[in-house]
Amino acid sequence: MAGRNAQVQIMRSQLGRVRGLGSAKSGVEHWWVERLTAIALVPLTVWFVVAVLLHLGQPQLAVVHWAAHPVNTVLLLALVMLTFHHMQLGLQVVIDDYVHDTRSHLVVSLLNKGASLLLALFAIVAILKMAFWIHAS
Amino acid sequence: MKDVRDALFVAHASDGKLVRRPMSPHLGVYRLQLSMVLSGLNRISGIVTSLGTLLLVWWLVAAASGPKPFDTVQHVVANPLGMIVLFGWTLALVFHTVGGLRHLAWDAGYGFAKDVFNRTGPIVIAVSVVLTLLIWVVGFALWHHGVPAAGTGS
Repeated sequence: MAGRNAQVQIMRSQLGRVRGLGSAKSGVEHWWVERLTAIALVPLTVWFVVAVLLHLGQPQLAVVHWAAHPVNTVLLLALVMLTFHHMQLGLQVVIDDYVHDTRSHLVVSLLNKGASLLLALFAIVAILKMAFWIHAS
Repeated sequence: MKDVRDALFVAHASDGKLVRRPMSPHLGVYRLQLSMVLSGLNRISGIVTSLGTLLLVWWLVAAASGPKPFDTVQHVVANPLGMIVLFGWTLALVFHTVGGLRHLAWDAGYGFAKDVFNRTGPIVIAVSVVLTLLIWVVGFALWHHGVPAAGTGS
């Protein structure tokens, strides 16, 4: 330990230290949230696939009745929100890996975030509309 | 040095000498292995599943809009081409989920031993294919029970 060859190996450059680059305790957030959403999506996805199988070929009102049940409404909302959050995080990693040009990277990243948000909102509004379905006829 | 970020690739080796840090091993150096293929497929299946969410959103919005838009979705999906797309989406979703469980196990620190991941790779493929086929067999069985014919609008 105290020998002549003992060295502290610092895996961080002087420049990186000067510029204040580092995690500041938030470096793993993207990775961590991706895992958490993944874990939550496993049971939610299984539930959704089973529910879809049980409603195959049924008329629209049957689907509305199913989605309007409070438990189903909540689970559907959770599924949709977590799916699009997980999707956005995952696609962002692919974009970071393959889109190198700074300007294209910004454009594609914003498209990813915008599209994920809009798709999630479409789905959420559709679910809420079914939850508060008004039988007009 | 062309870029300031290159400074981050310079470090001291354990003998004190300045070295460029090693980059990821180049793909061309390695013989193609199942683990590499599955790693790539996890990403590809994630992208395919993402594209499939368009269908999910369309289905939800149609169901929330009324019988006619809902029937349109049912017709498109029941068409052979629609079924192929839906089958591909099912396969991608199931593979991403099953393979994702393997990734989660790794993240928790399990399954890294060479003999273990050489065994779990083929298991992921087998389970994904069997589950996908099971979903479709059950789907067809339930569908023919519940529906007189395609396009039962109200």
